[in-house]
Amino acid sequence: MTATTLTTDPTSTLATRIGWEKIALLVLLLLALIGPAFVYPLFLVRILTFVLFASAYNLIFGYAGLLGFGHAAFFGLASYTVAQSAKTLPITPEISLILGVMVSAAIGSVFGWLAIKRQGLYFAMITLSLAQIVFFFFAQVGWAHGEDGIQSVPRGYFLGLLSLSDNTVMYYFVLCVSVLGVWFLWRVVESPYGEILKAVRDNEPRAISLGYNANRIKLTAFTISAGVAGLAGGLNALSFQLASLSDVHYLLSAEVILMVLIGGAATTLGPVLGAIVLVTMQNYLASLGAWVLIVQGVIFVLCVLGMRNGIVGTIENWTLRQLTRSEG
Amino acid sequence: MDLILETRDLTKRFDGFIAVNGVNLQIERGTIHAMIGPNGAGKTTTFNLLTKFIQPTFGQILFNGRDITREQPENLAKAGIVRSFQISAIFGEMTVAQNVRVALQRPLATYMHFWRPVSSLRSLNDRVDSLLEAVGLLEFRSLKAKELSYGRKRALEIATTFALDPELLLLDEPTSGLGHEDVDRISSLIKSFAKGRTLLMVEHNLSVVSSLSDKITVLTRGSVLVEGDYATISRDPRVMEAYLGTGHG
Amino acid sequence: MTLIFGVPIQALTGQLMIGLINGAFYALLSLGVAIIFGMLRIANFAHGAQYMLGAFVAWFLLSIPTLFPNSGLPSIGYWGALVVAPIIVFGVGILMEVLFIRRVYRLDHAYGLLLTIGLTMILEGIFRVQFGSSGQPYQIPELLRGGQNLGFMVLPYYRVWVILVSLVVCFATWFMIERTKFGSYLRAATENPELVQAFGVNVPLMLMLTYGFGVGLAGFAGVMAAPIYQVSPAMGQNLIIIIFAVVVIGGMGSILGSIISGFLLGIIEGLTKVFRPEASTTIIFVIMAVVLLVRPRGLLGKVAK
Repeated sequence: MTATTLTTDPTSTLATRIGWEKIALLVLLLLALIGPAFVYPLFLVRILTFVLFASAYNLIFGYAGLLGFGHAAFFGLASYTVAQSAKTLPITPEISLILGVMVSAAIGSVFGWLAIKRQGLYFAMITLSLAQIVFFFFAQVGWAHGEDGIQSVPRGYFLGLLSLSDNTVMYYFVLCVSVLGVWFLWRVVESPYGEILKAVRDNEPRAISLGYNANRIKLTAFTISAGVAGLAGGLNALSFQLASLSDVHYLLSAEVILMVLIGGAATTLGPVLGAIVLVTMQNYLASLGAWVLIVQGVIFVLCVLGMRNGIVGTIENWTLRQLTRSEG
Repeated sequence: MDLILETRDLTKRFDGFIAVNGVNLQIERGTIHAMIGPNGAGKTTTFNLLTKFIQPTFGQILFNGRDITREQPENLAKAGIVRSFQISAIFGEMTVAQNVRVALQRPLATYMHFWRPVSSLRSLNDRVDSLLEAVGLLEFRSLKAKELSYGRKRALEIATTFALDPELLLLDEPTSGLGHEDVDRISSLIKSFAKGRTLLMVEHNLSVVSSLSDKITVLTRGSVLVEGDYATISRDPRVMEAYLGTGHG
Repeated sequence: MTLIFGVPIQALTGQLMIGLINGAFYALLSLGVAIIFGMLRIANFAHGAQYMLGAFVAWFLLSIPTLFPNSGLPSIGYWGALVVAPIIVFGVGILMEVLFIRRVYRLDHAYGLLLTIGLTMILEGIFRVQFGSSGQPYQIPELLRGGQNLGFMVLPYYRVWVILVSLVVCFATWFMIERTKFGSYLRAATENPELVQAFGVNVPLMLMLTYGFGVGLAGFAGVMAAPIYQVSPAMGQNLIIIIFAVVVIGGMGSILGSIISGFLLGIIEGLTKVFRPEASTTIIFVIMAVVLLVRPRGLLGKVAK
C-alpha cells in the first residue's frame, strides 16, 4: 500500500496562475528594505537567517519529500566553523561564510548518503541520530567551549572594505545574502533538475522505471539543502557574534520543520511566512520561559491535524474554491 | 527465434515461500506476449524480477542476449526496457504535460543541471503535445495529474511509457480498474503503440488478452503451466483447472 | 588492586553495572517504541516524555501528603507506584490516542512523528513551567537499599532488581506478542485491519490499547528510573533520541531486536566510558551508522524495501 504523499504542491490547477505568491514575496522584500527604520535590525536579521534556513529545509522536505530531523547539524556546523575561523584566521567574513557552507555541504553529503539507505521514518530517525553526533562533538571539543559557545565573533570587513560592525549595515548584508540564497533555491526547484526531483518525490518507483537514479537525485538535493542551511548558520554566527550549542540542538531541527509546516511546504513563500511567524512568536513569548515550548507544541499539533498545507496552502485552497464557485 | 527477452531458471524465494520457481520465458521480438494466471501465481513477482525491482534468488535474465540479472532498475530505461505499474503510477502533484516531459528529459544530459532555468526544456513541448494528443489528453495538459479520472491516469501512464520509445514494454495489468469504454480505448492504444516494438504484459482481462496477444504464458503457483496462442490455451483443461481450482477466474 | 586492560577491576565492573542498567532502560523503552512503530506505524517521539511522566507520577504519589496536606490521603510509595503509575500513564496514552494519534493513521507516516514531536513539546513544557529544570528527590525503597560487596565489585540491590524486572517484562511482552493467539490477532490487525475487522475484531480498540500499552511501558520505566535518575522534566529528552537509534539498530518493528540491542548497546556504552570516555556519548549513534552501512535492515529487522 502506498502512503499518501507527504506534501502537496499548491500550484493552481486552473489554466491561469494566480500570482499572489510572487506579489506577497515582493511586498515582503519591500518591507524588508525599509525594515530597520521601524524595527530593531538584529530582530529582523534573526528572521532572515531563519527564512534562509527554513527555505533550505523546504528543499528536502517539500520538494524531495524527505523528512529530515537533523538539519540543525548543518546550521550549527557552519555556525561553529564561521565563528572559529573568523576569530582565529586572518580572513574576511565572506570567506568564512564560504568555509561554513563547504563544511555543511560536505557533511551533508555524507549524512545524506547514509540516511538515504532507508526510507520514510527511518530517514528521520537516522538524520536525528547523526545530528546528535554533531551535537555531542561540539559539546565536548575544547575549542567550542561547551555551554559557553564561541563568543565575541568578529564581524570583520566585507571584502576587506565594508565594516559590518554596525547593525544596520550587517542587516543589509544579511538581507542581500538571504535574498540570493532564497532565489538560488527557487532556481534549483525551477530547473530541469527540479522537475525530476519533484517526480521522484511524487512517485519514486515510477521515476526509477523511467531511468532516473532516485538516490542520486535525492542526495543532490540533500547536499544543496545542507549547504544553504550552513549559509544561514554562518550568517547567524556573524550577526549575533556567537556560536552555541543551541545551534546544533535537536530542538532547532524541530523548529525548522515547524516553520515550513506553518508556512506551507513546497512553496517559496511558505518557509518565509513560517519563519516570520515563529521567530516573532518566540520573541514576544520569550519572557514566559517554558510556555514557548507549550505554544510551539500546540501549533505543531494544530498544523498536523488541521493545516497540513500551511498558511500558503490554506489560502490557495480557499482562493481556488472562491474562484471555482464564481465560475459557477 | 529472435529473442528480445529470455529468462533461464528464474527463481525467487521469500523466507521459505517460493514465489517464482524456475521460470523459463522466451519473448520473441516484435510480438505481444501476455502472462496470465490466477492470483498468487507469481505474475507480479516475475514482473518485478524482470524489471529489477527485486533481485532473483537464482537464475538469469537476458535482454538482447545480454545478461541483465544484476542490473540496477534505473538502468533499464536506457537499455530500452520501460515498465508500467499495477496501480497507475503518475506524478500526482505535477501537471499532465509535466508528467510526459519528465519522461522525455531522461535522454537529455541536462536533468542534473540545477542551475539552468526550466524554460530550457521548451524544446520538448512539441513532442509532449503530440504524445498527449495521441492518448487524447491534450486538453488536460495543465491539469494536475492527480485530478484526472482513473482511466485518464492510465492513459497518461501509457503516454509517459511510450515517450521513451522503448524496444521492450512491460505493462503490469494495464487495464485493471478500468470500465468498459476505458478498457477498449487503452487496448487500442496499446495495440497501435506496440507496432514495431515488443510488449510483455500481465493481464487478468482475458478478452484483452485474446484480442491483443500473439503468445500467452500461463503461470500457476510460480511455474509455467502451458504456453501458446489464445486458441490453444483456452482449450487446455489444465488452464481451466488452475483458475477454477483456486476459485478465481 | 587488580587491573584489566590497565583499568582497575572495580572501575570496570562498576561501569559494566551502569551499562547494564542503562541497557535495561534502553531495552524497556525501545520495546515500547518498537511495539508502537511495528503495530501502528507511529514513530512515538513522545515516548521520552511519557517516561518522564511515569517518574513524576511516582514522585507525585509519594508526595501526596505534602502536596495535599488536608486531604488525609496517604503517601503511595514505590511499590504502590509500580502498579498505579503505569496505569495512570497508560490512561494518558489512551487519551492521547483517542484525541490525537488516531487522526493520523491514514496520513503519510511522517505526520505521526510530527504529531508526537508536538505532543512532546506540550508535555515537557507543562512540567517545565511547573518544576523548572530542577530534579525532584525520590528515594530507593527500603527493601532494596544497600548492596553486596563481592570483592571485585559491589552489587547494589536496587540495580539488580531493575535489571531482573526489565528482563522479565521485556521477554514477557515479547512472548505475549509473538507467541500467543492474542498477539497474532494484534499483528494481523495491524497488517490488514479491514480483513481482521470483518472477522468481528474491534480494530480501533486494539490499536488504542496497543498505544496505551506501549505508553504504559514507558511510564513503568519511569517509575523504575525515579530512584536512580533525577526526576526532572528533561529526563526523557536526550534519551528518546538514543532509543530511536537503538530501534534502528535492532531492526525497526522487531521487538526482540530492540530488547537485545537495548541491553547490548547499554553494555557497549558502559565499556566505552571506561576506555574512551569522550566517545561514550556518541558510540551508539556511530554504531547505528556502521549498522546502516553493513546491514541496513538492522540486527533482526526484515529486509528493507
